[in-house]
Amino acid sequence: MDIIVCLKQVPDTTTVIQIDPSGKEIVRDGITNIVSPYDEYAIEEALNLRDANGDGAVTVLTVGPASAKDALRSGLAMGADSAIHVITDESPLGLDSLATAKLITKALEGKSFDILFMGRQAIDDDAMQMGSLVAELLDIPQITTVIKLEVNGKAVKAHRTIEGGIQVVEAQLPILMTAQKGLNTPRYPSMKGILKAKKKPVEEIQASSMGIDLSPKVIIESMTMPPARPAGRIVGSVDELVKALTEEIKVV
Amino acid sequence: MKILIVAETKESALRKTSFELLSQASELGSSDITALLIGKGVASLAPQLGHYGASQVLVAEHDLLEHYTTEGYTYAVKQAIDSLQPDLVLFAASANGKDLAPRLSARLDAGLVSDALELKHDGSKFVAVRPLFAGKAYANVSIASSPALVSMRPNVVSVKPADASRSAEVSNLDVSGLSADMIRAKVTSVEQSGAGKLDVAEADIVVSGGRGLKGPENFNLIENLAEVLGAATGASRAVVDAGWRPHGEQVGQTGKTVSPTLYVACAISGAMQHMAGMSSSKYIVAINTDAEAPIFKVATYGLVADAFEVLPELTEKLKAAKG
Ligand SMILES: Cc1cc2nc3c(=O)[nH]c(=O)nc-3n(C[C@H](O)[C@H](O)[C@H](O)COP(=O)(O)OP(=O)(O)OC[C@H]3O[C@@H](n4cnc5c(N)ncnc54)[C@H](O)[C@@H]3O)c2cc1C
Ligand SMILES: Nc1ncnc2c1ncn2[C@@H]1O[C@H](COP(=O)(O)O)[C@@H](O)[C@H]1O
Repeated sequence: MDIIVCLKQVPDTTTVIQIDPSGKEIVRDGITNIVSPYDEYAIEEALNLRDANGDGAVTVLTVGPASAKDALRSGLAMGADSAIHVITDESPLGLDSLATAKLITKALEGKSFDILFMGRQAIDDDAMQMGSLVAELLDIPQITTVIKLEVNGKAVKAHRTIEGGIQVVEAQLPILMTAQKGLNTPRYPSMKGILKAKKKPVEEIQASSMGIDLSPKVIIESMTMPPARPAGRIVGSVDELVKALTEEIKVV
Repeated sequence: MKILIVAETKESALRKTSFELLSQASELGSSDITALLIGKGVASLAPQLGHYGASQVLVAEHDLLEHYTTEGYTYAVKQAIDSLQPDLVLFAASANGKDLAPRLSARLDAGLVSDALELKHDGSKFVAVRPLFAGKAYANVSIASSPALVSMRPNVVSVKPADASRSAEVSNLDVSGLSADMIRAKVTSVEQSGAGKLDVAEADIVVSGGRGLKGPENFNLIENLAEVLGAATGASRAVVDAGWRPHGEQVGQTGKTVSPTLYVACAISGAMQHMAGMSSSKYIVAINTDAEAPIFKVATYGLVADAFEVLPELTEKLKAAKG
């Protein structure tokens, strides 16, 4: 079974976000980058499927600046077999979802796969778009926000979460799926894995050479910090809290 | 300005997000608002969409549209867009809306802003505000395509009161071209967890518990308070990972993002990743023994106290207050 996992390099979850003077990017200097957490669930699932199947390979793919190579190395260290790096000149927020989807689709041209995995969302733009965008551009079915998965031969059965419940979805390979927490517990790369990763092949493609119009349809005009929350106060007793809820904000 | 809103139903009723979209559409100053109603046996819901502001309702009825499927619903919305040629298409940023809207974005080659908190028209284009980095920054974005596609975060637009004297013109959308083979990912069943149980992502009040509650057996304290408030129950990742609570309840960066009117955090420290999912709540109550816990920084009302002592008392007193 051949599986491709798209992953994105993002700032660590504890990063203090500061807006760059341009107003269109954040300050990237000194930030610790990680593989977007949801993508780790996708990698883990892909590795397990490959190993359970006994054949095939897992390829990790990213679209991003030169530094994004580290994210690919993390995927390789977890156990992926090879990597594809679509190298962009744009700052990470400078490409919109649709342009990125076109680059991913183009990079996959001529590559065969049974499953294309992504994360539910990248925790920088939190767009939750890429899975559906690429599935449509490739004209394959999709199952997003998967928390349980069975693959038998060509048959896929997955649980995806909806408000207050789950949907059971069935389809045939090839398919695109997006992974989320609950699907598995991602492994940590072993020392051996990290060393091996350095020798695994990484194919590099320059985004600018791919003939794709990268002008965004969704344009970041400016960025702002979220409005500060109005100051709160410490209440001294349950009675005071009950009074506040019933008389001040009247939510009860 | 012509606006199409994609209504959502659940268990044969319109979801509140549908009314939020209609209110958002009329706030943009449009009087040409079409609501698309997709499903099987849903036509009876059309008049209600009129009461909430739709001038027209398109009903897409088909056996294959009984359950949400990506490909079935994409087909229906595409039909509606082709026939109406709207300037703007509004979706709810719900589980299904987030699955559907980008599929249409790619099919139409149109820009999509997902999870918008605000939406305006500046005279020449649509401009929206959406959160980035789990709400640690906001982006003001414009959309350079027609139609413009936007999914709105649930619970942020306030619903304008219904007016039963308003009525919409109702017509059927031709979806006869839909066939079973077009739906390659088929929904074989839908399982709702616990009848009538509210989901954290759509509840108006959420009561969440954290590791300070010491074990799953103590979450009845959370459930009892939630019941009195008509709230959904939520949890921190620490308690979900410990297996005390189901994944669906996790609030935060790797769980659900919630924007309820009231969020009650009990024995939750307020780690950055937890706050990422709840700091846009209108009011926040924090109950924690540690006066230094970061959750108090965002709390509207903080109570420094032992949750085991105060939760039963709070539940009783709120019950009494509600009469
Ligand atoms: C990549 C990543 C993603 C993450 N995603 C999420 C996420 O989506 N959601 C999330 O919640 N976390 C997430 N986390 C984890 C987060 O960092 C915290 O570890 C977690 O939120 C802590 O949960 P907690 O507040 O329940 O536990 P703790 O931090 O252990 O806090 C327990 C609190 O209970 C208080 N307490 C103890 N006893 C009592 C008592 N009797 N009465 C009242 N208060 C009491 C303590 O003072 C303390 O403040 C993520 C972490 C990472 C690295
Ligand atoms: N630049 C990128 N390169 C590779 N994969 C990406 C990129 N952006 C997003 N993805 C994938 O798409 C998923 C959803 O991202 P998003 O739509 O940005 O929230 C991520 O979890 C990744 O798997």
